[in-house]
Amino acid sequence: MSARVFALHGGLIAVLLALHFLLPVYHHGNFARVMVLACYAIGYNVLFGYTGLLSLGHAMFFAAGMYGMGLPLHYLGIGAELAFLAGLASAALLALVVGLLALRTVGVAFMIVTLMFSEAVYLTILLAGRWTRGDEGLVLARPERVFLGLDLSNPDIRYLVALGLFALCLVGTLWLVRQPSGRVLIAIRENEERAQLLGYDIFRHKLAAVVISGTISGAAGAAYGLMFGYVGASFAEVQYSIFPLLWVLLGGAGTIIGPFFGVLFMFYLIDLSSGLTSAYMLIAGVALVLLTLFAPQGLAGELRRRWVRWLP
Amino acid sequence: MDFGPHLLLAAIEGAVTAAVLALMAAGLSLVFGVMRVVNVAHGEFYMLGAVLAWVVASTLGAHPALGFVAALAIAPLIVGAVAAAADMTVLKRLDYDPERTIVATIGLLYILQQLTLMGYGPEARPVAPPFNQRLALPWVEWGDGGVQLYWPWGLSVTTYKLFVIGAAGAVLAGLWALMTRTRIGLVMRATQLDGEMALAFGIPVERVYAGVFGLGAALAALAGVLIVPIQQAHYLMGGDALLLSFIVVIIGGLGSLAGTVIAAILIGMSDGIISVFFSPTLAKIIATLLVAFVLVFRPQGLMGKPPR
Repeated sequence: MSARVFALHGGLIAVLLALHFLLPVYHHGNFARVMVLACYAIGYNVLFGYTGLLSLGHAMFFAAGMYGMGLPLHYLGIGAELAFLAGLASAALLALVVGLLALRTVGVAFMIVTLMFSEAVYLTILLAGRWTRGDEGLVLARPERVFLGLDLSNPDIRYLVALGLFALCLVGTLWLVRQPSGRVLIAIRENEERAQLLGYDIFRHKLAAVVISGTISGAAGAAYGLMFGYVGASFAEVQYSIFPLLWVLLGGAGTIIGPFFGVLFMFYLIDLSSGLTSAYMLIAGVALVLLTLFAPQGLAGELRRRWVRWLP
Repeated sequence: MDFGPHLLLAAIEGAVTAAVLALMAAGLSLVFGVMRVVNVAHGEFYMLGAVLAWVVASTLGAHPALGFVAALAIAPLIVGAVAAAADMTVLKRLDYDPERTIVATIGLLYILQQLTLMGYGPEARPVAPPFNQRLALPWVEWGDGGVQLYWPWGLSVTTYKLFVIGAAGAVLAGLWALMTRTRIGLVMRATQLDGEMALAFGIPVERVYAGVFGLGAALAALAGVLIVPIQQAHYLMGGDALLLSFIVVIIGGLGSLAGTVIAAILIGMSDGIISVFFSPTLAKIIATLLVAFVLVFRPQGLMGKPPR
């Protein structure tokens, strides 16, 4: 790993660590949320930004992680550590099944198939309302949210754990895309036929990308549920499939740091506008149209195109 | 009521759903067929039609029939113009790239939906039907003296519902005639077959695209106006309608008008029967999975021909 790539990503983590001591309470809480959602965006980016597959149904993986963690924790009392692993496993398994089916289609059909599977997962959560409590959701009690001896309901601990998870996802994907197999994913994005001609097994690489992307999204969902003590069906709605797309488009698809800045920017934009009007999703709609029209590369993508050619 | 009359009643309700669904899905299918574009905002054009019908009818404040006729004329025109404008300002600049167009129409969906929320509010509002006589329907039974007609209690249909079915049939017939019998239809079909070749023959392809996108949206708006005296106008009503028309278009085979109409009748009629046996949520799960599996295993649609 070259020194400047190391400096850039290490620097971002260091700045976030410094902000822990500097930020006022309100923004401190927001940043913890942004970092967990950034993990979700990073997971989405593995599939969309690096492999070139546009999914409209990632909320199902986020929700699978969240409910896969929340249901056994709440009803079986298995402890936060095991519950977190159960969340990861549910998301990975769902991603494997969805990948095996959806990857038989390409392009627009892939988008619609993922959208439909995600809708089916959302409706299933509503149907099982006796256990999932539907839109009302489950509230996780404070003693349930102790992870490896860390009380996640404490804001300071929560911030640092969120930072740890974020750093793990950031460094993990950075490592992944510099691996030979990660480079094959980029080759598939750039020219699928050529990658196939070179002898790479396209289907297996794509399937691996779906599973990795789904598992990271599931980890974000499970962490979100543990940290903020709430597991609800609203996180499985279409909106939560559109958000990661929006964040990644805004921050820059196919860049490692892009998703974080996309989430940060959008989070504060919606935070500010929801104070003014209840129709805050209008901002998301306008942003989507403007981004596809004028900056399909996003913030970090434009940065890379103009000045910083080496940005991974 | 006996089983027979009950079934007839369900069939009539199903036919009304099918009529509205066919109009809406025909718009979606037309846009996909000619432009190869999946319009995710299609449900919002339907919603806009319903909301505009309420706006027109309540501004006029005259006799319900007058307000309704005005809405029938004005709402599709406005919605069609909005859609054509969106095509010229947004979709054209994306070169109708399939994936980027979907993202842009998702944006359009939220813009239309949230602007309606800001302007019209979160309430559901009704529009009075222009006429609404109740017609009792007869049923046959085997009596002592052979076949007898009788009028079971509760078996009836309103004239408005019959009008919706008739109007949808007439509009679809008109659309078919437009596509197969007129110069406009010829131009559209030429653009559908090969856009570049059509351009080379002097067809203004850009204007055809804007027109088709507007026409598709106007069909959805018309469906919205027709349904609003039966259901109320609400800013979130586009979502379910979009899902149902997706199902119809995908099962009927993308881009084929006849397949779309047959699938609409199939889905519209079975929608009522399925919701009798299953909970609405379970029915929706089955429907969404059906779309996904049809796309995975039979991408040409259940009735479409495999690509050559």
